[in-house]
Amino acid sequence: MAVTKTLRSGAWRVVELITTPLVPADYLDAVAPLRNPSVLRAKVEAVRPETADSVTLTLRPGRGWREHVPGQYVRLGVDVDGVRLWRSYSVTSAPGGRGDRFTVTVNAVPGGKVSTHLVRHARAGMIVHLDVPAGEFTLPATRPGKVLFVTAGSGITPVMGMLRSHLDELADVVVVHSARTPEAAVFGPELRALVGAGRIRLVERHTATQGRIKAADLDELVPDRAERATWACGPNELLDDIEAHWAQTGGGLLHTERFRPTVVAADAAGGNVTFTRAGRTVPAGGGEPLLEAGEAAGVLMPSGCRMGICFKCVLPLREGAVRDLRDGQLTVAEPGDNIPIQTCINAAAGDCRIDL
Amino acid sequence: MTTLQRKDVNPIAHLTPEDIEQIGIELDAIRDEIIESRGENDARYIRRVISVQRRLELGSRAVLLFSLFPPAWLVGTAGLSIAKILENMEIGHNIMHGQWDWMRDPKIHSTKWEWDNASPSEQWKHSHNELHHTYTNVVGRDNDLGYGIMRVDEDQPWTPAYLGQPLYNFINACFFEYGIAAYDLELGRNLKTKKRRRAPEFRAALKKTRNKIGRQVLKDYVIHPALSGPSFLHTIAANAVANLVRNLWTHSVIMCGHFPNGVETFERTSIEGETRGEWYVRQMLGSANISGSKLMHIMTGNLSHQIEHHLFPDLPSNRYAEIAPKVRALFEKYQLNYVTGPLPKQVASAWAKVFRLALPNRGPASVRPPRKQLDPSLPKVARWQRAEAKPANS
Repeated sequence: MAVTKTLRSGAWRVVELITTPLVPADYLDAVAPLRNPSVLRAKVEAVRPETADSVTLTLRPGRGWREHVPGQYVRLGVDVDGVRLWRSYSVTSAPGGRGDRFTVTVNAVPGGKVSTHLVRHARAGMIVHLDVPAGEFTLPATRPGKVLFVTAGSGITPVMGMLRSHLDELADVVVVHSARTPEAAVFGPELRALVGAGRIRLVERHTATQGRIKAADLDELVPDRAERATWACGPNELLDDIEAHWAQTGGGLLHTERFRPTVVAADAAGGNVTFTRAGRTVPAGGGEPLLEAGEAAGVLMPSGCRMGICFKCVLPLREGAVRDLRDGQLTVAEPGDNIPIQTCINAAAGDCRIDL
Repeated sequence: MTTLQRKDVNPIAHLTPEDIEQIGIELDAIRDEIIESRGENDARYIRRVISVQRRLELGSRAVLLFSLFPPAWLVGTAGLSIAKILENMEIGHNIMHGQWDWMRDPKIHSTKWEWDNASPSEQWKHSHNELHHTYTNVVGRDNDLGYGIMRVDEDQPWTPAYLGQPLYNFINACFFEYGIAAYDLELGRNLKTKKRRRAPEFRAALKKTRNKIGRQVLKDYVIHPALSGPSFLHTIAANAVANLVRNLWTHSVIMCGHFPNGVETFERTSIEGETRGEWYVRQMLGSANISGSKLMHIMTGNLSHQIEHHLFPDLPSNRYAEIAPKVRALFEKYQLNYVTGPLPKQVASAWAKVFRLALPNRGPASVRPPRKQLDPSLPKVARWQRAEAKPANS
């Protein structure tokens, strides 16, 4: 056992020497991009339109994938205009797909670079990067007796994942789904079919004619909502409203899922910069390089040319917005993004967290 | 050459400080244009070059498994030489400059890339990106002026040791990757005193370089030859020749960047309080191009556009050709000398200088203005600060 292990690691070391300074996987990537265990990727196997501006992608993940729990999301890394951008999408399929295949449904958000790109340009055969599934927006192991799902727009996607996986285990389900028009409702036909089969009660709300739904409306639409465990997913305003209403009037368990947990607002005046590992937070002006703000606060910053050409000062931006002092270009990072930035020519454009 | 500040005729005497800042503004506009239009086509370009290079390298190494047969040896060696040149120049050098960082692909990123060269990328980035590119052609600050073993400027003091510099340069050309590694380690300076030799930073860097060289040597001279079985010795020879060809080629291209006639050097004091415009002008005057075909540009890693590269070291290399005419027009507008020429001419010009300056300066020393003293009252400026564009009628 030990001998074969030693032999195998010895053989592997030889293979690594064949390809040094690269690693063998770098060559493998050219022919089998899904085989690389250190970089998780997926192949788009099918693209199916759902509505006029949404598509469902069937993805076949490569090595390193871990199956999702219904309700969870995956982060997809997609090259848009040559730049890799990461966004989260809920898994809409039930676990146990053939060869770990799973689906996500993407709704083109106005101004959304990634969603628009995927809806317009996603084709079978395309390779995307991904992370393993994450998220707490799932059903408990002991399934609740009465359930309420409140969704708006693409907020239906994690709920669809749960309905497709767990509906047999749920006795009493109400879905309140809000969309602009009946045609724009993602999964509209499938939800209506579930109603026809007597599996769920569905309340459809069409904002184009009926206006946006309010939390207070739910008391009327679902009279027994206080007895139900509720999962809500949609725009932040709706979720804020629901959380406040539930806190005020009491009600069953409430779980909410926000697609955009923080809206990063760029602020020309600068912001507070946190150096996460140094454990320091310092105020930084909008015209002051992050490098100088850090140094002034006594943080040991890597530095070089101090003019933006040598890339020695590069550090990952974990979260927040920075602005390039030379041309005003804004870089925005959401949690999980870790975008490397040059600290010598970038200034804070709002609060940021830097990995140092 | 003589540093610009000590020349009888200063080539930028006709430029006012406003002109210099205006040059900066116009160059920044060229930069913005490329940044704005950087996108999918550029990403496809670098990925294609990387893919071609890897296929060529694998293919050549596969052919060399049969290097016992002369045609296989010839084809494999030629392919491997080209693959190594591509890897060092168009791929490695440019990725380590951060030219492709904007793609946010961790596989093609300045912080992650390691190249097929004796010097570890981290040390190269320090001596090249940080020192050479910031202090380009400043005598006493930019060690690329002669790499610490040669005298390539009249203002560098002559000692008899420089009599041997044509020979040093030839040896350096043959073993260029090790020359670079030694240079990045600042061996000359760091081996001089016991204190420096024992400094933990130096020892750590030395260990890294030793490990890197160890792996590189094992790969080229043990593992791949062993894989080729009966062709063992032939593959060793093939790999040695490929490394030699790569070394000679990169050395020649790099000599053409700053040593040919017409390139200016600068006094150490001249860059005190340097503005963005002044930095740009120094890069314009301190670099030289190589003219040639598209193939020539790719094989030099677009260092044939050395002037454009020094102005914008972090713009994708495939875009230099496109901005070169605009940059050249700017030179003409401000009556500056755009140094360029075909490879043989530029190489000869650089070598001529190596020979000429092996000897002490000839002729009567011209009357030189005294060295400028540092002015402590200069305002603090940063080279990233752009000058304010002025209205056209001012």
